[in-house]
Amino acid sequence: MKYLCLVYLEEQKLHAVADSECFACGEAFRSSGALVAAEALQPIETATTVRVRNGKPTITDGPFAETKEQLAGFYLLDARDLNEAIQMAAKIPPAREGSIEVRPVRDLDVGSAAT
Amino acid sequence: MSATNPVRETLNAIYQSDSRRVLATLIRLLGDFDAAEEALHDAFRAALEQWPREGVPANPRAWLVSAGRFKAIDGLRRRKRFDALDESGHAAEIAVHDTAAWADAESVEDDRLRLIFTCCHPALAPDAQVALTLREVCGLTTEEIAHAFLTPAPTLAQRIVRAKAKIRDARIPYQVPTPAELPERLDAVLRVVYLVFNEGYTASSGATVTRHDLSGEAIRLGRVLVELLPAPEAVGLLALMLLHESRRTARTSPSGEVILLDDQDRSLWNRDLITEGTRLVRQALSSRAFGPYSIQAAISSLHAEAPNAAATDWIEIVGLYDVLLQMGATPVIELNRAVAVAMRDDPTAGLVLIDAILARGELRDYRFAHAARAELCRRLGKTTEARTSFERALALTRQEPERRFLERRLADLNQG
Repeated sequence: MKYLCLVYLEEQKLHAVADSECFACGEAFRSSGALVAAEALQPIETATTVRVRNGKPTITDGPFAETKEQLAGFYLLDARDLNEAIQMAAKIPPAREGSIEVRPVRDLDVGSAAT
Repeated sequence: MSATNPVRETLNAIYQSDSRRVLATLIRLLGDFDAAEEALHDAFRAALEQWPREGVPANPRAWLVSAGRFKAIDGLRRRKRFDALDESGHAAEIAVHDTAAWADAESVEDDRLRLIFTCCHPALAPDAQVALTLREVCGLTTEEIAHAFLTPAPTLAQRIVRAKAKIRDARIPYQVPTPAELPERLDAVLRVVYLVFNEGYTASSGATVTRHDLSGEAIRLGRVLVELLPAPEAVGLLALMLLHESRRTARTSPSGEVILLDDQDRSLWNRDLITEGTRLVRQALSSRAFGPYSIQAAISSLHAEAPNAAATDWIEIVGLYDVLLQMGATPVIELNRAVAVAMRDDPTAGLVLIDAILARGELRDYRFAHAARAELCRRLGKTTEARTSFERALALTRQEPERRFLERRLADLNQG
């Protein structure tokens, strides 16, 4: 089962953990076979939000979150169950500075239409 | 079929003693709480039909697990005919066919622990852990739990549904934690058990001080834990609950008034519970791996052994509070220690400590801190200060018998 581990950090702590340490963590997940994908993100100032309403896309700057923590990166991991996912999430270095949200991945329910 | 039907009586007895065990095993076999609950009810329904004809089987529990499993397979087959593409149904069917998995007695015993640890998983919200444990492990109905916690039944039902959905969708495993995880996970289980006990013992709101059923459930749960996993702190917690429970009849008057420990009629204390609790305290303390529950139980056992408040071993009690503070200081433990110091030395020594704690602000809204301060002031003849503190405690309490107790204390003060 896949779990998306979302890394949240306060703005002033975005660089509190060395990139090399995060990279090493990803490599460790890769060598154990758990890593599906992992990326760090540019700060939230670079974000753009796209919405489609009445068939028409609108584009806005942001979002500028009201909470202090912002999404700083993610690890998509393959784990046996939530316990294993939690153990791996605890090894993600920014867990020390911010928080990791562990979200199980959902299969899209496409039903018989797909076949 | 009449209520006096012997098979139905046997079945009722088996439901009381074994339905949670059967459920625990069915959850493992079927991999789903809801499917297991349905299978459990189907199994008992089948027993009600078949046992009067065929007699009670030699091993009723195995029969029920087997019947529940069969009904679940049957249900899956029927559903499969309608929905041939249901992959999760297929996976569950493989699980049900794994007959070796339920045959050995040890893993069946473990199922009860699996159920407890899953219901108390830290990924579930604390109130959901409590609700789920009472529902699945203790077998209380949603309405009973809602009533006990003064929560609307739909809110509580929603909480349980959400917790079960998280167990399924986030895949919280149905297993006993590994030895490395065990201490922390056991703490979470003990916290739930003690919370249930306290909710029954000192209800934080409402008209009655005690809600017996919840304390009884917590003690039953504590016994199951000790039986399955005799860790020192599990033993210590059971001891603590039994020792508190031993004073139940003495701590309120027939009209429902609160009676403080010092003023209780100690002949009303339940000696059997004290004997058992004290034996368990010794067992926990001799392990050298004891923790805060065992220490609190030791303190409680010193009270239990004393013929009256004055003859209590306050020196030892203050020493035990010191140990407790070293394990993890909280202002409430400091407050309790201050009260013990007042008994060991004199009220002034206790008052100095309580004033220092209150000055830090953490217990400013804690009614027992003000009530304790008021008692010490009263003993010292500081009537005005005592009145102020009793009034403060009175303003903070939400519980009717406590309110009456404090009002009586205030009235006594005005007369004296």
